[in-house]
Amino acid sequence: MEAGGASAPRNRLAVAGARATTQAMLRDQPRKDVIRNAIFAGVLLLAVTIALAGLLALLIQAFARGSSALSLDLLNNPPSTLNPDSAGYRPAILGSLQLIAGVILFIVPIGVGAAIYLEEYADSSRWWNRLVEVNIQNLAAVPSIIYGILGLAFIVRGPLDLGFILVAGSLTLALLVLPMVIIASREALRAVPDSIRQGSLALGATQWQTIRRQVLPASIPGIATGVILAVSRAVGETAPLLLVGATVFVTFDPTPFGSDGYSAMPVQIFNYALRPQDEFQTLAFAGVIVMLVVLLAMNSFAIWLRNRYEQRW
Amino acid sequence: MSPETTIAQEPAGGPPRRLQAQSKRYGERAIKVALAFCALLSVLTTTAIILSLLGPTIGFFEIVPAQEFFFEVDWTPQFEPPSFGVLSIVAGTFNVALWAMVFAAPIGLGSAVYLSEYASPRVRKTIKPALEVLVGIPTVAIGIFAVSFLLPHVIVPLWPGDFLGGAEGKPFMALAAALGIGLMVVPIIASLSDDAMRAVPRGLHEGAYALGATKAKVATRVVFPAALSGIVASIVLAISRAVGETMIVVIAGGSTPRWTLNPVESIQAMTSYIATTATGDIGTGTTDYKSIFAVGALLFVITLAMNVISIRLVRRYREVYE
Repeated sequence: MEAGGASAPRNRLAVAGARATTQAMLRDQPRKDVIRNAIFAGVLLLAVTIALAGLLALLIQAFARGSSALSLDLLNNPPSTLNPDSAGYRPAILGSLQLIAGVILFIVPIGVGAAIYLEEYADSSRWWNRLVEVNIQNLAAVPSIIYGILGLAFIVRGPLDLGFILVAGSLTLALLVLPMVIIASREALRAVPDSIRQGSLALGATQWQTIRRQVLPASIPGIATGVILAVSRAVGETAPLLLVGATVFVTFDPTPFGSDGYSAMPVQIFNYALRPQDEFQTLAFAGVIVMLVVLLAMNSFAIWLRNRYEQRW
Repeated sequence: MSPETTIAQEPAGGPPRRLQAQSKRYGERAIKVALAFCALLSVLTTTAIILSLLGPTIGFFEIVPAQEFFFEVDWTPQFEPPSFGVLSIVAGTFNVALWAMVFAAPIGLGSAVYLSEYASPRVRKTIKPALEVLVGIPTVAIGIFAVSFLLPHVIVPLWPGDFLGGAEGKPFMALAAALGIGLMVVPIIASLSDDAMRAVPRGLHEGAYALGATKAKVATRVVFPAALSGIVASIVLAISRAVGETMIVVIAGGSTPRWTLNPVESIQAMTSYIATTATGDIGTGTTDYKSIFAVGALLFVITLAMNVISIRLVRRYREVYE
């Protein structure tokens, strides 16, 4: 501390000098700049406020217009064109649940499998692996209605020829959200440091053993987050379902392979919303509330999951 | 490595060990092949999309001359004789996309600059997820909100009188759909641009501050230009989303094909034509049926071009700073 003690007064002087210079310069900062700075900050805050106000207005309007129809009957009664007072969403809810079950069965193994291949096995200097990568990025941004056309031409008719059944809708939605799952799972796998893999390999584990016992368990929270977000996207999708036969007036409980038609929550909401009578409008808003509650719960859970299990290596 | 490779110094007491695996590990290979097949499925999806669009589209152009499709503005498939001039529904799509971006680009970029340069970490942690919630709202809900709230309670009161024909009394219009879509893409722009701006090295900020720049100057003259390719990518992606959005334009945009960019007219977009035509009762071989695929193919090409641009731009800014 001797040397420090000797130079301490000089240091203090230097600091004081620097501070004085800075303050003098800041005082000289043009008034114009200070005002401009404040205005700019205000404009930015306004932008954020407008975006959040839009979200808030949407939520408030849905609750204001739809809450009067909220009841257990809404969930448990079939739709009706004659009695809007007792109409509900039962077949649509059951249809959506079955669609989603199919989506999960499809996207979890295929999406995670593709992600594992691309992250752990693929040599990204090979052109075919790069092709797969670029292809997935592009698929993620293809409009959903194009998937509807794919479903119509390839799954409902054409090569698979399943007809207008619920499974065809499920498969279409699964293809739509598959790229999301792959991209999210890849990020989760990439976050696992290489030292973990090398440690496992050094102990004599094979590559698959390393993946299954070390890499996958460590990346499950990230993968689960991706799957939940993908499922919530699938729940809310309407456009592709319109093309693959989610006919809107189904008053019975749909089955996976039944050829009498099926319905889904957003499609039923759309149908009610198109009717001019106030009662149906109220029903549509009540349906929106149900969907928003479910989706917001799913998304919040996904975000919570990501933050809770985010592992720092 | 040859199978004879052994460890040079034998461990005491043990037999010589080989570095080579004891068995061929067929299981490992089977797993790799199965996983590669999962990845290949995405390429198959793209192929299937292209094939399913291509066949009927070729059939469509055997009936309708390409010149009529691409260069005429009358889109009246239900008339006798029908006319398939795609330009008016392309105009409908870009009418909505244009006004959506006029609304969403400033709001999204403003939010991004606020989040990356002004907001404290705590504020950021609340606002960013709140904005991202908007992405998760089903587009049906946004469409209903646009037609029953934004149109009567925001657009009509704020629209200047009879300007461009006036907004009063119209049940559908491009602007209502545009504002709905704008609301939907704001978080995309905000979130991606925020990421791009945060990728700008701290050193650039600090250098500018050391030279006496104000916060506003650092944001607009240093960070914004440095992150420009990422910002442009986010906007291109947002446009591609706006062009591909279906439910909001079906619900709020109307169903009148019109060769105009006037925001207060009722229009029909490419996506809404596909959705409304495909849900009606149409036979498989009809020209109407094939027209869905021709419009779909055009839509696919337009959005694909935008996505390729956006992916390229994102890659560029990543290369510079990482």
